[in-house]
Amino acid sequence: MSLSRRDFLIDSGALIVSFSAASIPRPFAVAQGPFDTHRSHIDPTKLDSWIAVAADGLVTAYTGKCDFGQGMVTAQTQLVAEELCVPIGRVKLIQCDTSVSPDQGTTSGSQSTPTNFNSGDLAQAAATAREALTNMASEPLGEPADQLSVSGGVITGKTGRRVTYEELIGNKRFNIPLSASAKRRSPTQWTVLGKPVSALDRIALMTGQFEFVHNIRVPGMLHGRVVRPPEAGATLVSVDESSMRQISGVVKIVVRSNFVGIVADKQWQAVQAARQLKVNWNPGPGLPTRKTFYESLRTQPSRDALLVDSKDVDQQLAGARAVVRATYAYPFQMHGSVGTSCAVADVKPDHATVWSATQSVYPTRSNVASLLGLAVDNVRVIYIRGSGCYGLNGADTVSFDAAVLSQAVNRPVRVQLSREDEMAWENFGSACVIEQRAGIDQSGSIVAWDCENWVASRGGRPGYDSPGNVITGLLLGYTPEPLTQRAAAEPTGELRNGSNAVPSYVAGCISGKCGGAGSVRSERVLSHTVPSPFFTGPLRSPLRMQNTFAHECFMDEVSASAKADPVAFRLKHLRDARLIDVLKSAANAAKWENRPSPQSNRARSGIVSGRGIACVAYEGNNGYAALVADVSVDVASGRVRPQKFFVALDCGPISNPDGLGNQTEGGILQGMSRALVEEVTWDDKRVTSNDWETYQSLYLDLGFELPTIDISLLNRTDVPATGAGETAITLVPAAIGNAIFNATGVRLREVPFTAERIRTALSALSGMEG
Amino acid sequence: MSTIQIKVNGRLHNLDLDPTTPLLFVLGDELGLLGPKFGCGMAQCGACTVILRGHVVRSCVMPVSAVGPDEVTTLEGLGTPEKPHPIQQAFIDEGAAQCGFCLSGVILTAKAVLDEKPEASDQEIGEAFGGVLCRCFTHIRMLRAIRKYADARKA
Repeated sequence: MSLSRRDFLIDSGALIVSFSAASIPRPFAVAQGPFDTHRSHIDPTKLDSWIAVAADGLVTAYTGKCDFGQGMVTAQTQLVAEELCVPIGRVKLIQCDTSVSPDQGTTSGSQSTPTNFNSGDLAQAAATAREALTNMASEPLGEPADQLSVSGGVITGKTGRRVTYEELIGNKRFNIPLSASAKRRSPTQWTVLGKPVSALDRIALMTGQFEFVHNIRVPGMLHGRVVRPPEAGATLVSVDESSMRQISGVVKIVVRSNFVGIVADKQWQAVQAARQLKVNWNPGPGLPTRKTFYESLRTQPSRDALLVDSKDVDQQLAGARAVVRATYAYPFQMHGSVGTSCAVADVKPDHATVWSATQSVYPTRSNVASLLGLAVDNVRVIYIRGSGCYGLNGADTVSFDAAVLSQAVNRPVRVQLSREDEMAWENFGSACVIEQRAGIDQSGSIVAWDCENWVASRGGRPGYDSPGNVITGLLLGYTPEPLTQRAAAEPTGELRNGSNAVPSYVAGCISGKCGGAGSVRSERVLSHTVPSPFFTGPLRSPLRMQNTFAHECFMDEVSASAKADPVAFRLKHLRDARLIDVLKSAANAAKWENRPSPQSNRARSGIVSGRGIACVAYEGNNGYAALVADVSVDVASGRVRPQKFFVALDCGPISNPDGLGNQTEGGILQGMSRALVEEVTWDDKRVTSNDWETYQSLYLDLGFELPTIDISLLNRTDVPATGAGETAITLVPAAIGNAIFNATGVRLREVPFTAERIRTALSALSGMEG
Repeated sequence: MSTIQIKVNGRLHNLDLDPTTPLLFVLGDELGLLGPKFGCGMAQCGACTVILRGHVVRSCVMPVSAVGPDEVTTLEGLGTPEKPHPIQQAFIDEGAAQCGFCLSGVILTAKAVLDEKPEASDQEIGEAFGGVLCRCFTHIRMLRAIRKYADARKA
């Protein structure tokens, strides 16, 4: 797609972006010149903000939900084609550009499908357009609209007379609002949506023709690098510009508050200059000791939230036949995108354009405007895919870097972070400590469940007005959103389980209304948000994965204590029909045999095998999944090798089974890497896991001993669509941990399950069993 | 600055630049190629992979002056969207990508190892992938595509 060929017919007619004949993206030739961006032009209540039909019948659709590799372009293109009854090849989707797409906030939280595929926004826009076109056809065809049929962008009457979309509306505006009553096509009628459509970007990707934000080249563009502090919290004393004399091509050393950056003619010059620039820093306050970090989380001032409290938990636990207790720990983990973050900014005195891989073009626009001192309407942010992000990686912070550097030199500047800049300063997934207690009665049922968690937090998504939530904003003098201490208030309203802090097995009752997935009525969940030494932010399945690890491993521990089969024990305490269905489906697919854990006849040496299960109602009601993991453990080395996974998923009506399979397989393997090896490390001053040697990830060479993944998709067409990209990954640490327990009798309560930790736990256990 | 001649994807280029410049920056910034990517700058991830003299090379750590007269092949040098190379076709057929940033490392490594040893065992192919990272973890589809290509090549 060549932006220079974009043809915005904003005043004269429909908002149509013309494309080159080939659907393969081409490099940018020229950036768009001064433009006119006003929110009023992109009013999400107006149909023209979402859909335009060109004179040649090509449909352009605009979305605020972007594709970073999870397949949202393909699925949304299917959606528009389906609702408008046109072939998929006639739809062009424009994603996330503040000049042309509606503000749909951030593409995150498994919310793209619920937002755009259910009762509003893009889906309703396409349905409104079809209804409007059918109504328009009534007069020329001389028949009432309800007698007309639509296919392939052609409306046909009973008499056989026909009229095309382009004849009715080509290049003209609809000038109508989105209609909430426009009838959606039923999943039983679907011909494009719900079908396995291959990702539309695959040919360009495989042949090296896909344009990433890293490939954006603007005429006159310079190259920037940033110079981050040498340790956390260090502040700038001085910059020795004379240290740059040996390097040619340096255009400017940019210093603003604690922000230091370099702009050079060539990328290599910028890299060398950033390495060589002598900067004097005041030392930072130091970092907390890693060894005692989890314990220290509990003693911090905190912001507390009571999610549910039946007020009888202590009493019920005191009267229980047995009480099971366990404490789980989850480390800081990285997004660790394979490409470091990159952005290009072109800042003029009165307006700016930023090409960014941000998940949040509108919020980024607001922050860039405030960093540059420009009016928000004079900043345009265009989303271009970056390296897979899995949440808030460095995409936002590097967009700020590029904007600040470009403004300083009054030229377009491309910035790509170094590997260390990326890894030492990104917003990590939060470290957590989660403490569990459960009481069991005489019949082996859970009578009370008490859960308390501590979540390390600092900054996060910058939103519309908090650039200090990421490192660049902080260095520029902004502060992260404060974490104000607050005591927990009594829970009110409906149960909120967006972070899966509430286990699936409790009833989740607030003022008599029970929104939980389970049956345990004596329940308490107390959450403490505590200050983090590092920036934190959403990482695929944020907190849902940490909490689910603790809940689902603990449920396994309670099952073992009751000498019950973990599947039967779960079913005994579940009420939610959809969660029950996925649990049974995964167990059936795996041919689960009823037995308590650990295996009684397990071997104590050699390679031992085991099987574990876990399930989740993601965010309480945004997708349902269950996962069985079969693993082997080499007792001598402590090495775990997952052999086979069986996953069952219910995400409502499935938009694209091919994309869903890809997301599910990737999610499970990414979850495996996070469960087995990934962990941020630090010393007394700085993050020490700052490249791929020091931050472990599973590599592709595991490829030839990959586990197999068996996927059961429960396609429900009678309920709204849910997210699906984060459900399977959520379960992986718990399912693997439970399988290790089943195989060895060792219960691992701290992620990652490194070979060393398993060896240590095995020798401690054999010492006990002596 | 000095004049450097390099041959990339069948075309000769004469460039006036710092001979210590990593090949990757020359491919991306001077020649405008989209395939090879900067991932780490330390030869740890494979995103910058190109083929030189039949072997995969990490272009982020190779000075352009070390390339010599032999041809550099990048991901876009293998085939075109209209006529993809068979290994690219296998990846297209299997839909073996998510974000796609890592594909230079994945596709070129598979091609190089199978060009050198068409009968390579799964383990040998696996070992060749020691430094290739895909953080979307599209391993299952990638493996299927590589096997498909390897089998078709043998046949």
